[in-house]
Amino acid sequence: MPRPETADRAGLDLEMRGIVKRFPGVVANDHVDFDVHEGEIHTLLGENGAGKSTLMKVLYGLYHPDEGEILINGHPTTIDSPRDAINLGIGMIHQHFMLVPTLTVAENVTLGLRSPRGPLLDLDSVSERIEELSATYGLQVDPGAYVWQLSVGEQQRVEILKALYRNATLLALDEPTAVLTPQEVNELFATMRSMTAEGHALIFISHKLHEVLEISDRITVLRSGRNVGTIRAEEASRERLARMMVGREVILEPEKPPVEVDGVRLMVKGVRALSNRGTEGLRGVDLDVRGGEILAVAGVSGNGQRELAEIIAGLRPTTAGTVAIDGVDVTHADPGRRRDLGLSYIPEERMRDGAVRDFSVAENLMLHQFDKPPYARHGFLDFAEIRAHCDLLIRQFDVKTPNPEAPAKTLSGGNIQKMILARELSTNPKVLVAAQPTRGVDIGATEYIHRRLLDQREAGTATLLISEDLDEILALADRIAVIYEGEIMGVVDRADANIEQIGLMMAGIREEAGSTPPAA
Amino acid sequence: MAEFFTTAIIVSTVASTFRFATSYLYAAIGETFGQRSGVLNLGVDGIMLLGAFGAYYTVLKSGNLWLALAVAAAIGMLMGLAMAYASVTLQAEQGISGIGFYLFGLGLSDLLFQKLVGTPLPIDGFPNLRIPLLADIPIVGEMLFDHSIIVYGAFLLVPVAAFVLNRTTVGLNIRAVGENPEAADTLGVSVAKVRYFTVILGSTLAGIGGAALATELGIFQQNLTAGQGFIAVALVYFGAWRPLGVMFGALLYGFVAAVVLQLKTLGVIPLGASDLAAMLPALITILALVVAVQRERQPAALTKPYERGE
Repeated sequence: MPRPETADRAGLDLEMRGIVKRFPGVVANDHVDFDVHEGEIHTLLGENGAGKSTLMKVLYGLYHPDEGEILINGHPTTIDSPRDAINLGIGMIHQHFMLVPTLTVAENVTLGLRSPRGPLLDLDSVSERIEELSATYGLQVDPGAYVWQLSVGEQQRVEILKALYRNATLLALDEPTAVLTPQEVNELFATMRSMTAEGHALIFISHKLHEVLEISDRITVLRSGRNVGTIRAEEASRERLARMMVGREVILEPEKPPVEVDGVRLMVKGVRALSNRGTEGLRGVDLDVRGGEILAVAGVSGNGQRELAEIIAGLRPTTAGTVAIDGVDVTHADPGRRRDLGLSYIPEERMRDGAVRDFSVAENLMLHQFDKPPYARHGFLDFAEIRAHCDLLIRQFDVKTPNPEAPAKTLSGGNIQKMILARELSTNPKVLVAAQPTRGVDIGATEYIHRRLLDQREAGTATLLISEDLDEILALADRIAVIYEGEIMGVVDRADANIEQIGLMMAGIREEAGSTPPAA
Repeated sequence: MAEFFTTAIIVSTVASTFRFATSYLYAAIGETFGQRSGVLNLGVDGIMLLGAFGAYYTVLKSGNLWLALAVAAAIGMLMGLAMAYASVTLQAEQGISGIGFYLFGLGLSDLLFQKLVGTPLPIDGFPNLRIPLLADIPIVGEMLFDHSIIVYGAFLLVPVAAFVLNRTTVGLNIRAVGENPEAADTLGVSVAKVRYFTVILGSTLAGIGGAALATELGIFQQNLTAGQGFIAVALVYFGAWRPLGVMFGALLYGFVAAVVLQLKTLGVIPLGASDLAAMLPALITILALVVAVQRERQPAALTKPYERGE
């Protein structure tokens, strides 16, 4: 296939020197140095907005750096487009898969390449080569399958195959583990190790510290667009890496004092609901959450988490079953009625469902009660009351905004989330549904949100935490329910939980009643 | 009513089905390429009108039908270049800019006609080309194998288009760009190049479609197409973005039009109701569209301009 003579050309040394990339108002990369060598896994670690993706886009020819140079095997090189990058042997596994769902695996892999039988496609020879690569690197996938039929893990394999098929010797993997179960992460790591054994150089991007420590040879930390240091994995620890990322000490595992649990505040019984695609998104879910406990729902994205949150919030109709808040059946109640009964909701899509982009911070803080006394009387808003209340919330919840009148869209992700948290917790809810509360939020804000959720637990709130981040779940939960294809695979106490068992349930393997799997 | 079911009438109805379908088919196959790559060209009707006038005027002045086709194609190509510039480079809202192109074509073709021709004179179109042996098959021969070259061309275009879309690297690029332009971009496929290509190709075919209409009818007049270009856009949806499906849509439309014409000629439809009858093809298309759209998914990036970025 393409350039077979170079197929075993292992070894590509990359050095990026003094890379500067400016956007209006921001310096996304500020004189960043970064290098990676053959047979090595070099991790790029940093918060959202630290400049990791920008650096990778510079490497892949999607952005042109304002300053700095790129050396490949010691030679200064300009990379003007992805095509240049591909020709140099650079491959990129993007965080959001760059696949065409309506095409087959083989078509996706060969897209953009010359065909030996050009202008005709030659999918048979493409499939053959895919199968060879699959065998070498443990990347099983059917070349004739349509991408929309594949699981997320399989789609990722297609992404890696695309790069290998182009004889990439340097691969950058942008948050590849974000969408995988723990078992799939292990498989990915095995593939990555077999690639470095073949002489490939890998750049691994992640913010999951234990994964970074497990797989890396070296780790470079970016903060606010600057390289704050490169260390060997042996010298690193979670605490040290977190400190480098944030620039101060971080409490990774918050204190969790024992709390006396109360009666059932949220009950979901036999609930079924349709997904947006019209398929059955929830298939008979039973959950109870008691006052003073955090029940976490673990699972791979898209297994019914969104539907679950929405049927509780009253944003999606159920087709069967009941939902009760504080003992009152609310299955058919509107969202306002549920809020009156003590429900608060932190939605997954914070910009779409949680805030009004063009409203001010103050208006966003009042969305749920602007029409209630003391903020409104006889249909007229009392701006003095509203202002005082908002100032208090902004201070209490440490929302960093120039003023209460600034539009919500000008805030950072972490501050928008704090704003939503302030609004939702200001009513001291009986029941809180928190969907992906820290996704895409920086470590500092995450730390803060975690502490607030635990404070609320002590205040007696029944919290349903929906998260794809197992570290978060293990840090906060009292009990863990695992959801798979719209069904709860099992519920375990935090004290008895182990990652292997949860990982298996996330992959759809049901927990045997009363038994724990043998230790691995 | 009984006289309708004579062999002669059935043969002539089926034969004119193919003739009626021809101009739609050129335009709709062309539009299929554009839409598969993510560009909706609503200006098809205007391009057809300009192509039709260009072809008509060329025949009127030179009598050369092949030159007329070339002129119509060249007009389509130029309009396609302009349309692609608006949709791809300027990232215009495609529904709106398309209507602009339509109005431009509608107005300019009429203006040129008034200034350069004035009174409509008939022209001779391509002569019928009886395919040896096949045309001698009773009934079927006359239905299928006794048409002008421009009719054959339209139907030959269908398998060619399907082959290009499904079996060639260019076709793969087109499909990928229409579904996930970002993915194509990261693999070094130029989204802009692909879309320029499909829009220019589609408009060229629309120009030829206009030429087919003018030469088959042997006449030009204001708004000759009477919305055929819009029907062609609808046929692409009806055909679920596949050339074969588009062809069935064009044939359905052509058939209803042929039947209506036949019934009018035979006096089955009273003169007063002929306007109502003329609605029938459009009505059937709308109904078919309602059914089709629920069934099929359009290219994910249709009408969405592509810009590289975060």
